[in-house]
Amino acid sequence: MTTVTETHEDAHEHGMSDAGYVKIAIILALITGLEVSTYYVDFGPLFMPSLIIMMVVKFVMVVSYFMHLKFDSKIFSFLFYVGLGLALFVYITALATFKFFIA
Amino acid sequence: MADIATHDIDHATDNATDHATGHGHHSSTGLSNNKLAMWLFLGSECLLFGGLISTYMLYRGRVQNGPHPSQIYDIPFTSVSSFVLLMSSLTMVLAVSSAQRKDDTKTNLWLLITALLGATFIGGQVYEFTAFYREGLGFTTSLFGSSFYSLTGFHGVHVSIGVIMLLSLMGIIKKGKITGDKAEVVELIGLYWHFVDIVWIIIFTLVYLIPS
Repeated sequence: MTTVTETHEDAHEHGMSDAGYVKIAIILALITGLEVSTYYVDFGPLFMPSLIIMMVVKFVMVVSYFMHLKFDSKIFSFLFYVGLGLALFVYITALATFKFFIA
Repeated sequence: MADIATHDIDHATDNATDHATGHGHHSSTGLSNNKLAMWLFLGSECLLFGGLISTYMLYRGRVQNGPHPSQIYDIPFTSVSSFVLLMSSLTMVLAVSSAQRKDDTKTNLWLLITALLGATFIGGQVYEFTAFYREGLGFTTSLFGSSFYSLTGFHGVHVSIGVIMLLSLMGIIKKGKITGDKAEVVELIGLYWHFVDIVWIIIFTLVYLIPS
């Protein structure tokens, strides 16, 4: 009984149970399947936005649930997202300098 | 006065123990210093991969006399590789979960499966590189080739280092050489592993699925 309680408390403390992780993995696998389907099915003007959205959703799900950022201290989130934000700012600016976004 | 002295000695002993075990639970932030350092490292890794990804985005159309990306990419094959790496993130988080429950047997089992999935991904990448080279895309063939091999090669090196860390971790767990918080050590390596997975999530979409 003690073991069950401890296990439950551990899962609560660290965010999720093993079953929860499996559910997240199933959702990630389904999104990956949908991403691959864009190679075979014509999504028209939704092709690019849908791929970007699915990529961002997968990224956030792995970072939030598998890397526990959703449940951990906000300082960890700050350190990671500041690095990510800085990288996005620097490289989007660099790409814009090379007129990458102009068709 | 004697109480204060005793308290100071206890505090010093705690700090010494923390240094010895690598724990950061009594740090001024109240957080593990090791975990803080790992997140800082991963934040800085975003800049490294950001540079490689943007260089690829700039040069992916510069094929010179070499093959065009759409002529050589094998999307079904890369999709399977991506799926394998994605599932290795699940097995890694299950290893962390087992370590938190202090179940060494399951921790080692999930770590082994994660390492095997990582090695499978690397095997797939070696096969892909060989196939591309045979189709005429060398590292110096074109700017596309250089930027492609640099980006995916750097990622592959990260996965390979991850596999080595996983296997080493299994060894030190079996020998009982982790003196500190075992679950935290597994979690730190897990964070690195998940990071290489999220980088591949971006590479798979931007490099393989979105045509130049």
